[in-house]
Amino acid sequence: MSTTSKRLRMLMATGAVGTTLALVLAGCGARAGDEAAGSGTSAKPSCVDTSGSTVKLGFLNSLTGGMAISEKTVSNVLHMAADEINAGGGILGKKIEYVQEDGATDWPTFAEKTEKLLTQDCVAAIFGGWTSSSRKAVKPVVEKNNGLFFYPVQYEGLESSPNIYYTGATTNQQIIPAMDFLASKGVKRLFLAGSDYVFPRTANAIIKLYAAKLGIEIVGEEYVPLDKDDWTSQVAKIVAAKPDFIFNTINGSSNVGFIKAYYDAGLTAATTPIISVSIAEEEAPAMGHEVTGHYASWNYFQSLKTDTNPKFIESWKAYPNSSGVTSDPMEAAYISLYLYKALVEAAGSFDVDAVNAAAKKNTITFDAPEGKVTLDGENHHISKPGHIGQINANNQFDIAWASDKFIEPDPYLEGYDWFPADIRKQLVDAAG
Amino acid sequence: MDALIAPLLNGSAQGALLLLAALGLSLTFGQMGVINMAHGEFLMIGAFAAYLVQQVIAASNLSIPVALPVAFVVAGLFGLLLEVTIIQWMYRRPLDTLLVTVGVSLILQQAALHIFPSQGVPVEKPGWLDGQLNILGYEWPLRQLFTILLAAVCVAALAAWLKYTSFGRRIRATVHNRDLAETSGISTRTVDRLTFFAGSGLAGVAGVAASLIGGTNSQMGAQYIIPAFLVVAAGGIGQLKGTILAAWAVGVALSYFAYWTTGSLAQVLAFILVIVFLQIRPQGLFTVRTRSLA
Repeated sequence: MSTTSKRLRMLMATGAVGTTLALVLAGCGARAGDEAAGSGTSAKPSCVDTSGSTVKLGFLNSLTGGMAISEKTVSNVLHMAADEINAGGGILGKKIEYVQEDGATDWPTFAEKTEKLLTQDCVAAIFGGWTSSSRKAVKPVVEKNNGLFFYPVQYEGLESSPNIYYTGATTNQQIIPAMDFLASKGVKRLFLAGSDYVFPRTANAIIKLYAAKLGIEIVGEEYVPLDKDDWTSQVAKIVAAKPDFIFNTINGSSNVGFIKAYYDAGLTAATTPIISVSIAEEEAPAMGHEVTGHYASWNYFQSLKTDTNPKFIESWKAYPNSSGVTSDPMEAAYISLYLYKALVEAAGSFDVDAVNAAAKKNTITFDAPEGKVTLDGENHHISKPGHIGQINANNQFDIAWASDKFIEPDPYLEGYDWFPADIRKQLVDAAG
Repeated sequence: MDALIAPLLNGSAQGALLLLAALGLSLTFGQMGVINMAHGEFLMIGAFAAYLVQQVIAASNLSIPVALPVAFVVAGLFGLLLEVTIIQWMYRRPLDTLLVTVGVSLILQQAALHIFPSQGVPVEKPGWLDGQLNILGYEWPLRQLFTILLAAVCVAALAAWLKYTSFGRRIRATVHNRDLAETSGISTRTVDRLTFFAGSGLAGVAGVAASLIGGTNSQMGAQYIIPAFLVVAAGGIGQLKGTILAAWAVGVALSYFAYWTTGSLAQVLAFILVIVFLQIRPQGLFTVRTRSLA
């Protein structure tokens, strides 16, 4: 259906284009013509050209609109990683030449730009996206064109694609460690607060199942639209429910409103702490002292003591447009470019099928700032250490808990007996 | 008891913030008929002004009271600049103003994104707003009371200005009959500019209140603009008392719905109420027939 309408649109566009324009475009017209004439049943031949001294990569981030507050930094860190790799000789001896596109916080735009990057710019791989909606918009396009997309943000899991690599945490690397931490703290009454979209809804469905297994009672569940900051009414409900911990899956600026309303109601980190999965070093400063003492679950923190972290922090601080602090999504974006480099070098080729075949060997690793991560060739996620940090007065995180080993990615939670198959199917279907 | 009193108090505070955001619009949209989509960004400018004041006066006890007039003047000047450069060429062309000001709002958002940290900046609440007030068993956050008092002061000041000063009289005269006002020697150009300055300045004050409630970042203005327009429309164009009543009603409705249902559903239900109300009474709560504006 969607391919038909695409084709129609293409035909209409072709019809509308005048002869002059066709002549002007004649240089690249042959390629576009080939595509239109292709059978369409199988993947089109790739137009990626790596015969020169460079390889073209696409960066796709929202630089305008609501998500720009988060995605701008990811874009900057990708640029930094590209510069670093180029300074070190590039990928397979080829310098990275990047095309930056603006997703504009608009999901159809993400799909269009992906199509453009793959078929007009002919990039070998695309890096970016933040919201699940943006990833879901990109997914069918990279799959249709047999392209590659590297996604750097923790998300709700229950997904895998031969054309997507996920370098952020899936639920068993962020949500489940957070629940284990809560159980270790002896939490009995948990309240769930989230933004109203797919990630918090799915995360909370998983949290409720695991809480039942851990013997933690869920005393309330509240959602507020992503673009609303005022949490006062919901916090009044939290006060009434008397929980002893809050699991916070709120995203974006709404978190500031939540933390402020929480503090205003007299709830403190000392009596009723919050554990968040979207507040990192970047977000905490905008919340003032009200956020101090609360917790966050991530894989990477700036305060982590690993061999590679100091260099990452220093490079970022010295980088123009730097925000001065490093955070988990930034680090995952940094990983994504290096992971691609490792994949291509293992494959000895930029070809998508060759890259995927190299991944299948399960030997791709990268000494990331969070530690040495290993790529799972089957589900295209990476192993990660689980960490819980407590926010201190400098808006940095003191490590309060760490998983005893790196957690293997399990996006469909198949290794967890408390996660029933029918609910898995239901959630996968609901996520579309 | 909690379930009855908490939403009433919280809703009144929510309504007060909505009123602060809508008050300036009731001047520029209500009195002058300008659809200014950049009004939310003037609110944002007020919030960033509060942040900047806090960089100079670190003690939040003092900085917030200082920030209020500063935000009024700064946002007002931005409004004046917009009026002089763009709006003045577009009076009586509401659709064009709408499109142009949407563009201006995007430019202001993007500028804020580049100037300030992209995740936003903290505006610290004064220490004297810490704590709660026990009202019939509900621990009501003091900050909410502050929002209500601030809105009350702004409304009183605006009403007095419109009613008792010669400038207020000139504004009312211009709104009632522009041609006749001009013939009697009133400079309607000056009136327009000052009205726009005051309307935008009020958005700046709303921004300071908003910075104590939610995030101060490039996107903050966007969430207030549509509800603020709805409130002005529901209250009756050019009707201060209508705007006040409508803002309070929407705030309280939002809060009760949020208490009984969910945060998302509350947004839907509250605005369905407004839309249904406007279907029944398109002219809003109060009509412009009355001579009193305050």
